[in-house]
Amino acid sequence: MRFSGFRVVKEALTGHKGWRPLWRNPAPQPAYDYVIVGGGGHGLSTAYHLAKVFKGSRIAVLEKGWLGSGNIGRNTTIIRSNYLLPGNEPFYEFSMKLWENMEQEFNFNAMVSQRGILNLIHTDAQRDAYRRRGNAMLLAGADAELLDRDGVRGMYPWLNFDNARFPIKGGLLQRRAGTARHDGVAWGYARGADLLGVDLIQNCEVTGFRIENGRVLGVETSRGYIGAKKVGVAVAGSSGRVMQMAGMRLPIESHVLQAFVSEGLKPVVDGVITFGAGHFYVSQSDKGGLVFGGDIDGYNSYAQRGNLPVIEDVAEGGMALMPAIGRARLLRAWGGIMDMSMDGSPIIDRTPIEGLYLNAGWCYGGFKATPASGYAFAQLLATDAPHPTASAYRLDRFARGYVIDEKGMGAQPNLH
Amino acid sequence: MLIPHPLLGLRDAQEFTYLGDAALLNRPDGMAEGAAEAFNDYVYLRDNPAGVHRELWFHEQGDRSWLIVTRNTVTHEILGAELARDVALAAKGGAQ
Repeated sequence: MRFSGFRVVKEALTGHKGWRPLWRNPAPQPAYDYVIVGGGGHGLSTAYHLAKVFKGSRIAVLEKGWLGSGNIGRNTTIIRSNYLLPGNEPFYEFSMKLWENMEQEFNFNAMVSQRGILNLIHTDAQRDAYRRRGNAMLLAGADAELLDRDGVRGMYPWLNFDNARFPIKGGLLQRRAGTARHDGVAWGYARGADLLGVDLIQNCEVTGFRIENGRVLGVETSRGYIGAKKVGVAVAGSSGRVMQMAGMRLPIESHVLQAFVSEGLKPVVDGVITFGAGHFYVSQSDKGGLVFGGDIDGYNSYAQRGNLPVIEDVAEGGMALMPAIGRARLLRAWGGIMDMSMDGSPIIDRTPIEGLYLNAGWCYGGFKATPASGYAFAQLLATDAPHPTASAYRLDRFARGYVIDEKGMGAQPNLH
Repeated sequence: MLIPHPLLGLRDAQEFTYLGDAALLNRPDGMAEGAAEAFNDYVYLRDNPAGVHRELWFHEQGDRSWLIVTRNTVTHEILGAELARDVALAAKGGAQ
């Protein structure tokens, strides 16, 4: 079933009787070449790229709940490639390029909208830092523009430019950044993978790994044992719990990050604005709700909900930046569990256990990485060699002293 | 979250800053054999349990004591708090 404008018109004229489920619901086979643990964005993207680009066959994705039931459906949908360090920026720019072509490629409307992201500047030092970051972005082939105060005023005249503590002095703009429909991304990759013959197995929780002589043979699941030549784990938020079953401790703490959406409003924010100094960022969904968030709560958590002090902190940040937000009512608040790594950067690597591969540690930045993370993880699974842009994301980089610490915070996960 | 401070009673968690797993109290001996590996474990690797977790909180906006708080990471229920000093001294064999 291909989606097209013609198809929509045809279905409209024939009572919408031709639509079919987007994927099969197969029972697990006894064994596969590749088993991907985790049917979220990264797991589905991995399976899709494994089948499509690397021509893998006999692939299964095992998902504890339903497809896309984790962080892929709980984030604030922002896509961007505005990183600084050479270990990160080329990877995120690779991801950005995949976003730009994804909908045509997997024939599904993921509502990718390159509406631009603006990081606000309040001081000379911050301008210097953002100029440096913008140059790093340009070097990696991304786009970046440094705006002065009038440039920002032209885009968002209603911001509070003369806040006593954080007056707005300019901003770093990436026009190619934007948002995407997060569930649509999961569904697009799921459908794409299913069409290529991948078995998407839902309600199938991995309860253990079968490991003999340092080699993984398969996974124990709530639906029986499933053999596998290679197992890829992509379960961000639960990486610690899952890898513990393989006897591994990770350089990761799980933390809760909250997000919020207001009632539907008329269009007011046509891009993404980040107010780092005030721990607040905002965009507007196509339904009209203001989607916003701030920092992680800051303590280990698996609760998928946070506490009120951070809600208050985010609301204060919003009021400082755009006082008009005070008239909007909060519709929903929720939390997602983040793999906060020790340097704020992710891991895509082999593990000391032969045949077991790990994709983890995405902190609160996993959504934008969904396409490239899947591509790079698929390449690693298929060829045992890393994708060139993901070669720094090694599991042993901490022991070797090659951390990728964008914020320079050290081994303190709640500060990244 | 309210933390039952052993000296000050129930205090708002907002008065505290969070460090992490209470295992950080057990700093390895830098002069011992295999110290580099022990420090890699100490600095970077975590148990990260879903459930009961013993963790270090610093009463920054209060009496500036370090506490070990026992908390459930799935429910956020706080099960107890003790002075980190007492725990560290007890581990060294008393001298309280």
